[in-house]
Formats: sequence, structure tokens, C-alpha cells
Amino acid sequence: MNEFLAMGGYAQFVWPSYAITILAFAVNIWLARRAHRTALEAARRRASTAGDSA
Amino acid sequence: MSMDWTWFHRLGSPPYIYRLAGQMIPWFAWSSGLLLAAGLYGGLVLAPPDYQQGDGFRIIYVHAPSAWLSLMIYTTMATAAAVGLIWRIKVAHAVAASCAGIGAWFTFVSLVTGMLWGKPMWGTYWVWDPRLTAQLILMFLYLGYMGLRSAFDDPARADKASAVLAIVGVVNVPIIRYSVEWWNSIHQTPSVMKMQRASMPMDMLVPLLIMFVGFTLCFYAILLVRLRAEVLARERNARWVRETVIA
Repeated sequence: MNEFLAMGGYAQFVWPSYAITILAFAVNIWLARRAHRTALEAARRRASTAGDSA
Repeated sequence: MSMDWTWFHRLGSPPYIYRLAGQMIPWFAWSSGLLLAAGLYGGLVLAPPDYQQGDGFRIIYVHAPSAWLSLMIYTTMATAAAVGLIWRIKVAHAVAASCAGIGAWFTFVSLVTGMLWGKPMWGTYWVWDPRLTAQLILMFLYLGYMGLRSAFDDPARADKASAVLAIVGVVNVPIIRYSVEWWNSIHQTPSVMKMQRASMPMDMLVPLLIMFVGFTLCFYAILLVRLRAEVLARERNARWVRETVIA
């Protein structure tokens, strides 16, 4: 296990590379889902206020 | 006798796209999740160390697919922008707008992982090499595109202006792709081709190919979520949105 983590002496380059890539996926998934949630909530608010005024 | 273009018109219909994207997202998400897990295991565990670069070469499994995405997303963005501009299809502009942020992220990842690979192999994080410089310009193109969009309050005008920028900037894509062949670049030529010629071991190549497909499918999943958000925001006054969110 330690040998695996050491990456043959390249640990300081290999692991940050994988970390930043995984971070990019996580952030992009989170941002996209948040954007959709925000748009849905805004549309719901509009729909309900339109219903009130009708 | 005319061709049947109904599929094309349907793709331009916001409620149709919103529903279709919603149905496709789980398929892209699950298949990419499985592929990325398999690619990670294959790249980090199963693939043997490189005879020259040892375990340092494993950066390829995140670097090359990120660089591929950065170019593929830009090409998608420019194509969608052109379709939006020529045929005045708002959904196409929404696709282009949804691409930019994701593309900028993966350009950033390709630059950072490239620096982390360059340091141990070339002895430096950065050189003003043709490919590296062109990739940095790609980053600025994405940021410029997003900045330009945000400068307009009117989405229609933002669509038009940013589409022109996206289309003009697409010349950078072949420059990046062929930079290592046109100029004496410090950057190595594409690894997949090199592996074919040098018949590199399959246990090195297969995880890389799996990663390429996994990254691409995951991009599609993220893009479709963003596209749904974009379409909802643009169509907020439409009756179908009201009916969709209340139902």
C-alpha cells in the first residue's frame, strides 16, 4: 500500500494531478446541478405568483 | 421531394430538448461513472510502470483525456454557436453557452496536470512552447467567451456576440492539435498513435481509451444538466415551463 502511494517517487506529481481532475468533475457536477435547481426554483416561483394574480 | 427535417426542428424545440436531456442524463452519468472507475483502477493499478518514466507516466490517464475534452468541448461550442447564428436556433445558443464553463475547467486541468507532468520529465513546470502557449490561449478564449456573454443583459445579443468569438477562436483548435507536428515542440506527439506504432502494452493503452470515453460521456451528462438549466432560464415565461414545474 505504501509502495502504491509512493508512485515510484512521483507521488508529489501523480496524486495532485488526479486530485485536481477529480475536483474538476466534482465542481462541474455541483455547479450544473445547482444551476438547474436554481432555474427550477425561479420557474416555480414565477408559476405560483402567476397563478395568484390570475 | 424534400428531406424529412422534422427531427431537426424537434431538436430546436425547448420543451422537447428539456425532456430528452432529462431522459438521457442518467444513462450518460452511470455509464461514465463505471468507465471512470474502471479507467482509474486500470491506470493506477493494472497498467505497468513506463520503462522510462516509471509511475510518473500515470498522469497521462488524467492529462490526455482532459486535453481532449478541452478541444472537443470548444469544437462543440463553436459548432453550436454557428448553428445558432446561421439558423437562429435558440437551443443551439443554449448548448454553446452551457459548454463554456465546463471547457474552461478542463482546459485548466489539462494545463495543471501538464505542468505536474512537465516538472519531473522536462525539469520545468512551464515553457513557452507552441502547444503549451496555444493551450493557454484556449483558456483565455473560454474566459473571454464567458466574460463577453456576461457583459450583455439581453441574451439574444449575448448569443450573437459570443457566437462570433467562439467561431473565430476555433482556428486555435487545429493549431493545438497539430502544433507538435508543425513545430519543434517539447511536447510529445499523441500517445495513442505512438502506442500503436510502438505496440505499447494493451494494459497501458486500454485504461487510457476507457478514460477518453469516460471523460467524454461525463461531459455529456454535465452538459445536459447545464443545458436544462439554461433552457429553463431562457424560457421562463413560456407556458410549457409553467406546466412542467407545477406538474
